[in-house]
Amino acid sequence: MAARILFPLAVVLAIVAVALIGGSISFLQPLFSVALLYVAFAIFFFGFIAKVINWAKSPVPFRIPTTAGQEFSLPWIKWSKIDNPSTLGGVLMRMFFEVCLFRSLFRNMRTDLRSGWLIHSPTKWLWLLALGFHYSFLIIAIRHLRLFLHPIPGVVETLDAIDGMFQIGIPPLYLSDIIISLCVTGLLIRRLFLPKVRFVSLAADYFPLFLIIAIITTGLLMRFVFRVDITAVKALANGIVSFHPVVPKGIGAIFFVHLALVCTLIAYFPFSKLMHMGGIFMSPTRNLANTSRMAYHENPWRQPPKFHSYEEYEDMYRDYMKEAGLPLERE
Amino acid sequence: MAKELTPQEMLRIDLTPPNRDWMDIPTVIKPGIYCYPAKPEKIEIVGMPNPHVWSPLDDDWGLPEDWKETFLQGMRERLEKHRSFKIFMDICVRCGACADKCHFFLGSGDPKNMPVVRAELIRSVYRGEFTKAGQILGRLAGGRKLTEDVLKEIWYYMFQCTECRRCSLFCPYGIDTAEVTIIGRELINLFGLNINWIQEPVANCYETGNHLGLLPHTFKQNIEFMCMDIEEFVGITIDPPFNKKGAEILFVTPSGDVFADPGIYTLMGYLMLFEHIGLDYTWSTYASEGGNFGFFTSLDMAQRLNAKIYAEAKRLGVKWILGGECGHMWRVVHQYMNTFNGPPEFLEEPVSPITGTKFENAKSAKMVHIAEFTADLIKHGKLKLNPKRNDHLKVTYHDSCNPSRGMGMFEEPRYVIKSVCKHFYEMPENTIREQTFCCGSGAGLNAGENMELRLRGGLPRANAVKYVHERFGVNMLSCVCAIDRAALPASMEYWVPDMKVCGMSELVGNALVMEGEHDRPTDLRGEEIPGFAKAEGEGEEVTEDV
Ligand code: SF4
Ligand code: SF4
Repeated sequence: MAARILFPLAVVLAIVAVALIGGSISFLQPLFSVALLYVAFAIFFFGFIAKVINWAKSPVPFRIPTTAGQEFSLPWIKWSKIDNPSTLGGVLMRMFFEVCLFRSLFRNMRTDLRSGWLIHSPTKWLWLLALGFHYSFLIIAIRHLRLFLHPIPGVVETLDAIDGMFQIGIPPLYLSDIIISLCVTGLLIRRLFLPKVRFVSLAADYFPLFLIIAIITTGLLMRFVFRVDITAVKALANGIVSFHPVVPKGIGAIFFVHLALVCTLIAYFPFSKLMHMGGIFMSPTRNLANTSRMAYHENPWRQPPKFHSYEEYEDMYRDYMKEAGLPLERE
Repeated sequence: MAKELTPQEMLRIDLTPPNRDWMDIPTVIKPGIYCYPAKPEKIEIVGMPNPHVWSPLDDDWGLPEDWKETFLQGMRERLEKHRSFKIFMDICVRCGACADKCHFFLGSGDPKNMPVVRAELIRSVYRGEFTKAGQILGRLAGGRKLTEDVLKEIWYYMFQCTECRRCSLFCPYGIDTAEVTIIGRELINLFGLNINWIQEPVANCYETGNHLGLLPHTFKQNIEFMCMDIEEFVGITIDPPFNKKGAEILFVTPSGDVFADPGIYTLMGYLMLFEHIGLDYTWSTYASEGGNFGFFTSLDMAQRLNAKIYAEAKRLGVKWILGGECGHMWRVVHQYMNTFNGPPEFLEEPVSPITGTKFENAKSAKMVHIAEFTADLIKHGKLKLNPKRNDHLKVTYHDSCNPSRGMGMFEEPRYVIKSVCKHFYEMPENTIREQTFCCGSGAGLNAGENMELRLRGGLPRANAVKYVHERFGVNMLSCVCAIDRAALPASMEYWVPDMKVCGMSELVGNALVMEGEHDRPTDLRGEEIPGFAKAEGEGEEVTEDV
């Protein structure tokens, strides 16, 4: 049990230590920024595509949506167009709700056994934590585009302004930082303390959590404690995107730790459960229309079945059939 | 064993898993939970691999020399054939949303019955044998090697899943553990390790055309017996057509209803309905099974058994096919049949000969559900009904898993039932429609020897039935599934005594006013209907002051 938690924790700490050392030695800095980032992105990019192609190579032999509402049937029966879609538009809506609002997770409830009764009560915690986590992660990622893009696109500026509008502290604490910290802590607490979730959790579940916690922590440290020269970081980022990388002097070691953790996450992504990001789009129980009886769905590896034909059947039971007065093909 | 446990004892369930790694908890195969192995001769009939005599309690399961290779090769093949399986092996985040959604977990507290763990049993082998991380890091990467113990564990838990898909409804990525079980069972079947309760119906269905192995004349006779009962209780004569060429519609239903109480009353309902509307249809003794235990064996076997339906429709020259009440039959008919053995170009798009309604949703597969068909008839006022004959019943409706989560048929049966029964009560909303709980005995697990498993798996459903029983006095549990009709009575007897089980069409049959009928003091079961059973000299007003 402990190894599942301690091993990934140790790995994350080791990354922090190595990057801290590497980031403090100036001739190693290019390795811990430029090279690492290029490699990580390449792994992510090609790894992600390879995985998706690999999935796509396996066909979807049957049309097996999980139907979560009334089917399309008689005209006077109200049909659940999104939860049980039979049109492309319906499927797109279903996928939109699934991907953007975590529809299925929203259904969640907990079941407890109390004095002989199974009580099913709605619970939205996981949905809330997951939604909060994913959206703040997305916003933070978009905010980081500021470092790479020139001029900074209006959307990024606006988002930044909204995210920082509460003006708590100086420099202002972003809303997304608060939300992601709370959510990630909540998700970790679930894993550590809810018996069912703890029972099923693997090292592969703790590792990304620890990584992300470390990323957030180093990010916040850079902003509030060990201030990093933002102009230097921008110069570095510019160099990287324009493929003329230079590592300016004077970037604090903490930055390299942050970067190394992010790179680890990115490079680890295609080989891990984080691929649920791609998988959700391809899940056959969600992305197919319930038109199973309405339209033919082809199975590319279908073989004609070997079955007991009527002729064999009649040959086998002719006498019985005759006696029972059943019609026969051959007397 | 189950019968020795009282419901109170059975209810001592701890839903909190131990604070240990699931891989460290050894699997002990327990009587009352597992089903008996398939008899070799039943495997031979359909030409499946490695028929042999063995017992789950033995150490040696008689595995072939190269079983490991075969298993891994089988897995590799299925990863290439099913995107679902491949994706489900990769993307589970173990969020736990599905953990307490499985009736077997809720009824047993066995943490390996949490859907996520059931799938992890196989995913761990996938990681340990197929992924680099798993090969190098082993358990740290959640991987394990395939050993005999692992195979036995997979076997044990694949036969504690009824492929109900309730877990898949709640999974944020739609991971369907039923899909994993379907493939897990295919792998198990590479070694002749099926259970007999599945294999025997498969062999029977293959040869005689139905699970029960009813020979052509017996099949016909049984239905004729029911006609005699109808004659006695209703006073009309029905002469149903068999293997009739040129009929407009082929009717196929699960054979359980031809044979066993209370399914036979549902079948009597069909017979009366078809007579009432003067339907030009036929039964078939060859395609005399709608259910498909092949589906619980392998998709290949499912396809082979299913093939008879279209073949027979073609031979008889019917226009389209009407299907009776059955759960997994409709999963196969709705989601697989057309792909397996269609498209049936020789059939016509289904149109109700009585109302002219086109069944748009079945225009390619050309098979219509009896609930869709009946709902349409009632809506168009084509049935003469006297719902009063069901007045003594307080009815609730159990959504079977497959028509719910593999089709989405919720309103049709409700409309029919509410049209023929005045007193209808829904069970709590988290236990019906798409969230419905399995009867606990689906996917070929309705044997006798695993009664404890069935009663445990049946608990969540029974619990909700008990609720409406105590709250509203519900005394009839209706459904549209032959396995439900076979399995729920045992579960009810144990958990909610006094609760009866019936099919939708039985209720319809009771309410139908047939032309030329005599006084009908009893229902189709031959039981007196309060208010209709006229004592001498007294009329219907007897009921008034009851
Ligand atoms: S709900 Fe889905 S992702 Fe979550 S543990 Fe279950 S199968 Fe895995
Ligand atoms: S399909 Fe049903 S029986 Fe199987 S694991 Fe999921 S909830 Fe349990």
